[in-house]
Amino acid sequence: MLFKTITKENLRTFITNIIKENQTFAPVVVSTDADNNPIYQFKKVDSFEEIKINYTKSYSSIKNFFLPYKEDLSTFHFNENGWEQKINYRVNPRVLFGVRACDINALIKLDQVLMKGSFPHPYYIARRKNTFIIGLDHEPMADCFCQSLDTNEVVHGFDIFLTDIGPKYFMLINSSKAFNLLKNITIEEVKEEDRENYIKEKNRLASLFKSHVDVTGMANLMDIEFESSVWQKWGDKCLSCGSCAMVCPTCYCYTVCEKINLSLKTASKEKMLYSCNLIDFAEVAGGHNFRPKSSDRLKYRYYHQHRGFVESFDESKCVGCNRCQKACPADINPVEVLRDLRKENIK
Amino acid sequence: MTYKIPVYDINNEHSLSQTPNFNNKNALMKTDMVYQCEITNIVELTESEKLFQLKIINPIEAKIFSFLPGQFVMVEVPGFGEIPVSISGSTSRRGSVALCIRKVGKVTGILHKLKKGTMLGIRGPFGTHFPMKQMKGSNILLIAGGLGIAPLRAPIYWINEHRSDFENVHILYGVKTPEQILFDFQFDSWRKIYNYDIHVIVENSDKSWQGKTGLITDLFKDISIDVKNTYAIVCGPPAMFKFVCDYLNKQGLAMNQMFISLERRMHCGMGKCCRCMVGSTFTCVDGPVMDFWTVMNLKEAI
Ligand SMILES: Cc1cc2nc3c(=O)[nH]c(=O)nc-3n(C[C@H](O)[C@H](O)[C@H](O)COP(=O)(O)OP(=O)(O)OC[C@H]3O[C@@H](n4cnc5c(N)ncnc54)[C@H](O)[C@@H]3O)c2cc1C
Ligand code: SF4
Ligand code: SF4
Ligand code: FES
Repeated sequence: MLFKTITKENLRTFITNIIKENQTFAPVVVSTDADNNPIYQFKKVDSFEEIKINYTKSYSSIKNFFLPYKEDLSTFHFNENGWEQKINYRVNPRVLFGVRACDINALIKLDQVLMKGSFPHPYYIARRKNTFIIGLDHEPMADCFCQSLDTNEVVHGFDIFLTDIGPKYFMLINSSKAFNLLKNITIEEVKEEDRENYIKEKNRLASLFKSHVDVTGMANLMDIEFESSVWQKWGDKCLSCGSCAMVCPTCYCYTVCEKINLSLKTASKEKMLYSCNLIDFAEVAGGHNFRPKSSDRLKYRYYHQHRGFVESFDESKCVGCNRCQKACPADINPVEVLRDLRKENIK
Repeated sequence: MTYKIPVYDINNEHSLSQTPNFNNKNALMKTDMVYQCEITNIVELTESEKLFQLKIINPIEAKIFSFLPGQFVMVEVPGFGEIPVSISGSTSRRGSVALCIRKVGKVTGILHKLKKGTMLGIRGPFGTHFPMKQMKGSNILLIAGGLGIAPLRAPIYWINEHRSDFENVHILYGVKTPEQILFDFQFDSWRKIYNYDIHVIVENSDKSWQGKTGLITDLFKDISIDVKNTYAIVCGPPAMFKFVCDYLNKQGLAMNQMFISLERRMHCGMGKCCRCMVGSTFTCVDGPVMDFWTVMNLKEAI
């Protein structure tokens, strides 16, 4: 990792030029919510001016650039001898600008599952390695609890990461790709005062978190409280709509369905992101459902976040972005669910 | 001066251009590429169960494909879907795969309509296996409920091919009605050639049935087991294996000497889709074969 600084003017030129030559996605306003607050999403941008650099958080996470809602795993082409299977992994390079630390940490968690260990997922790897990520620090929102999950700081998983230190950005450079691109523009060595300003700003950002939840020992608690009435309490509210998993930056489960094309000459095997809250998630032929109740399924979602994932990778799967609550029609709040489990809400 | 991000073409990765070898789990490979197979024979076992014999077409793939008893493959019917099925045949017949499939829904329904010569796809093998080598020198209890006899055929063939490695072998097999008995045409040869002790029981008998009536645990009265030197392999629905294993455990058979095979919904076989998770365990990777101790320590296993 290299540490440099870049002036705001030079960053604007740098990003403007990147946009000219690459497909670039950045936060823009797409709508407003019931309280008239802007709703942000990552969309393709054509100029630096369109980008809402001070955005709060994107409604959906950036995971969909790596795990689209729908994608063809393969296609089958029927012929006189039977069929032939075709798979296409090709992705064009693209840039994501303005990604938050928690969202990069979420990608690192997905990397664990989809790039490392057994059966690396070529579709994901092709997208991940063709995506140039420029991260950006920000002031946490009132409901961000990523600090509790240790995901408000990021040390890898990106190409460039920027922190606003007044007239310029403090810049972490984490790939040779990034280093090469930056040769096009003036960047400066870090001076003593830049370092001071950077640390001050980091401390200030860290002090702004208002939402906290204690997750120490959560994995054991999940087992001990497996039969807890807390699951009933929250599970009964759950409408099993699956919105939480759709917006969650680390939920990756899926379903597969196959379709024969109208021409009857081809068929496609399609992967679709799914949610363990959906009613038929664990249903098998004959109608037996291993998790028939909404509370069984909600519990399982938390169990994977804070027990299953910890068992495999020594960290929770949740990064504390609170998108799941924002999207939830039943207002199921992950911080409150975890506090209930810890019995912190009992006076 | 260029601001263009260089392209990374994953197709240039050497390992991706090789034939996928699903036993080499950590390699980058075309995880969704199937091995094409021809259905070489279909045996109608009962009204709802058929035995499919498949032959892997490509000789390289046929050579790579090797499995151990208890493992499963994902069977692909292009345009209809992909389902997990235990391999129900011998591990030593390279390139040939036997599958015993019950008609229960969409994909299995289509499979039952297919004719000899049709092309299917398979991916695999996936999952854990029965530890046949660890069982060397012991008595073996093979206990099946219903369709559970299908995954038991792989360990049976293994024992046949390594008969001197094992002491007494008992098969206890329980079904609902006499018509549902599978593979009884093989029982005689298993008895005569390989010296198996085979007991069958049906829950609801009719006039034609000459044998025993009752629950599978009733068969334990007919055999004696040396709990210190016996391994049990139990395949069947959750209620059945729990009942059987609890009984054997009370007789003194250690929980880690009993192996079962779990069944869950599966859409990938590779620990990615999460559909098969039991508690925090992926049935497709850490299972389907597990010892009884492990199963009883899983949340929501039964
Ligand atoms: C490890 C393992 C080994 C198996 N071995 C055999 C075997 O040897 N013989 C046999 O007849 N059956 C076996 N099964 C069950 C078989 O996979 C299901 O009967 C089959 O998936 C049903 O598919 P369907 O499309 O006909 O049913 P539908 O009800 O139409 O199911 C729709 C889809 O749901 C999924 N699904 C439904 N039920 C199951 C299930 N029980 N397990 C996994 N996925 C399911 C499949 O993707 C299926 O395509 C095994 C299952 C597992 C997990
Ligand atoms: S807060 Fe909710 S949406 Fe965000 S990572 Fe955790 S579970 Fe996912
Ligand atoms: S968004 Fe809320 S209601 Fe919908 S499945 Fe998730 S927890 Fe349940
Ligand atoms: S079948 Fe997909 S994770 Fe096990």
